[in-house]
Amino acid sequence: MASTDPMDNPARPWILLTPALTAIMLLLIVPLGFIIVYSFWLNTGFGVDTPGFHLDNWISALTDPFYRSILITTIRIALITTVICALLGYIPAYFIATTTFGHKALLLLLLMLPFWISYIIRTMSWINILGSSGAVNGLLQWAGITAEPISMLYNEATVILGLVHFLLPFMILNVYVSLYGIDGRLVEAARSLGCTGWQAFREVTLPLSLPGLAAGGLLCFVLAAGTYITPLILGGPRDAMFANLVFEAIITQLNWPMGSALSLVLLIVLGSVVALYNRFLGLGQIAKSLS
Amino acid sequence: MTFMPSGWSLIRFATILIYLFMFLPVAVVVLLSFNPAQFGSFPMEGLSTHWFVELWNNDAIRRAFRTSMILGALTAVISTTLGVLASLAMVRYNFPGKTIIATAVIAPILVPEVVLAVALLLFLQFLGIPKSFFLLLMGHVIFTLPFVVLVVQARLVGVRREYEEAAMSLGASQIQTFFAITLPLILPAVAAGMLFAFTISFDDITGTLFWKPGGVETVPTQIFAMLRNSISPEINALGTVMIVVTVALPLLGAALARRLARGVGG
Repeated sequence: MASTDPMDNPARPWILLTPALTAIMLLLIVPLGFIIVYSFWLNTGFGVDTPGFHLDNWISALTDPFYRSILITTIRIALITTVICALLGYIPAYFIATTTFGHKALLLLLLMLPFWISYIIRTMSWINILGSSGAVNGLLQWAGITAEPISMLYNEATVILGLVHFLLPFMILNVYVSLYGIDGRLVEAARSLGCTGWQAFREVTLPLSLPGLAAGGLLCFVLAAGTYITPLILGGPRDAMFANLVFEAIITQLNWPMGSALSLVLLIVLGSVVALYNRFLGLGQIAKSLS
Repeated sequence: MTFMPSGWSLIRFATILIYLFMFLPVAVVVLLSFNPAQFGSFPMEGLSTHWFVELWNNDAIRRAFRTSMILGALTAVISTTLGVLASLAMVRYNFPGKTIIATAVIAPILVPEVVLAVALLLFLQFLGIPKSFFLLLMGHVIFTLPFVVLVVQARLVGVRREYEEAAMSLGASQIQTFFAITLPLILPAVAAGMLFAFTISFDDITGTLFWKPGGVETVPTQIFAMLRNSISPEINALGTVMIVVTVALPLLGAALARRLARGVGG
């Protein structure tokens, strides 16, 4: 009767995992290994590659001033976006977590709705607002403040605006989850010991919500730095981000080895950020907010 | 009443502003989609459903819509199946290498989508498998899988193992137990995971632009192609339809499911 409990069968979990693991192996891990190899090949013509071990792609990916300036721009945009998301996201998260209003779930659901609305629609919607015939210009001209439309679109600021609009729900949700988990009696204790409301927030609530803030920050940073579409729709010709370089190399120039090296640079930069985060804070927090 | 607003009312005011920030752009899309003018802009020239009719008669858009629906549905079914099986393994069993596998399963979220897109595209093309609907589908499956796993796992943790053990001690096989006991108990999470996968697939553009074969458009890539000219009321109308498909339908579905569940329960 040794096998009456099928939970003991050591092969069972592997049978259940086989389909997912096969997919991950074939669609993620092997392809990633493959582009590592490919990044050392050399493109010797339009779409023609020479196998081998060449460092040329890596050298230009790391030293070419053009690539470097775009990498710096990408990191700058991602950092600014993350900081703005943290500042703007904390407030509604704090409000929903603390309000005595009975329909917290509804308030949260409302903030989740934009998360479900198509990314490209949300991005392009800013053209309706800030474009030369958009809502703001329409209002300004109607009010007689300006005669001609003011050009507000297609710059780095609008790229950041689009990204903040896209990523804010991620931040709010993460902060909310950590604020919700704080024992309210801690704040009461701080107050009863003589803290002002602001002091209690600074000494108790804020430190306890830092894991959520950090998790939201990581998600915002990584997603912003990997963006491809937002700079195309809301940025000008000079506002390309790193993912645009990759697309350009792969699809337009058919220089696969260079595209591989560039996408690995992006993976390494973002991977280091994730690894550092995991080393000090752990990725568990992020899983918590997603589920 | 004091002249200085208290901290709390400032917070409330800021929260309202942030809600407006989140919703105004979307509201403008919906509003402008009813603008009869050729170049959708303010001030509005009236209300009409003209652009929705145009949309309906636009073959390219209808094709894109059909492609997106099929792609989303297949992605949802495949990645939910893979995700449920993997979640069962990870919640119900202990085995060596579990942490590594748990990380591997959510890894597609952590790899930037562009990198994932490049890796998969180049690998399959290297194997001589050209860009195709199949590649598109596989790509969508791999990056929706982590979301399904996270959602289903969270629910499965809350389902007590005793229920399954009871069924098995009464003679049910593993598979019978799964379909009679486990699946109904995790059904809300399975449905949520499916919906999640469908919406993510329906909305995806970055990976899709890398993987789609020439001539095939999904709704987002179709919108993207249309945006190269200028923003027209037709795009806004398409945006409105997208909002209905990705927001209103899931909400309706959830409400319906809740009502049905209540009907069964009481």
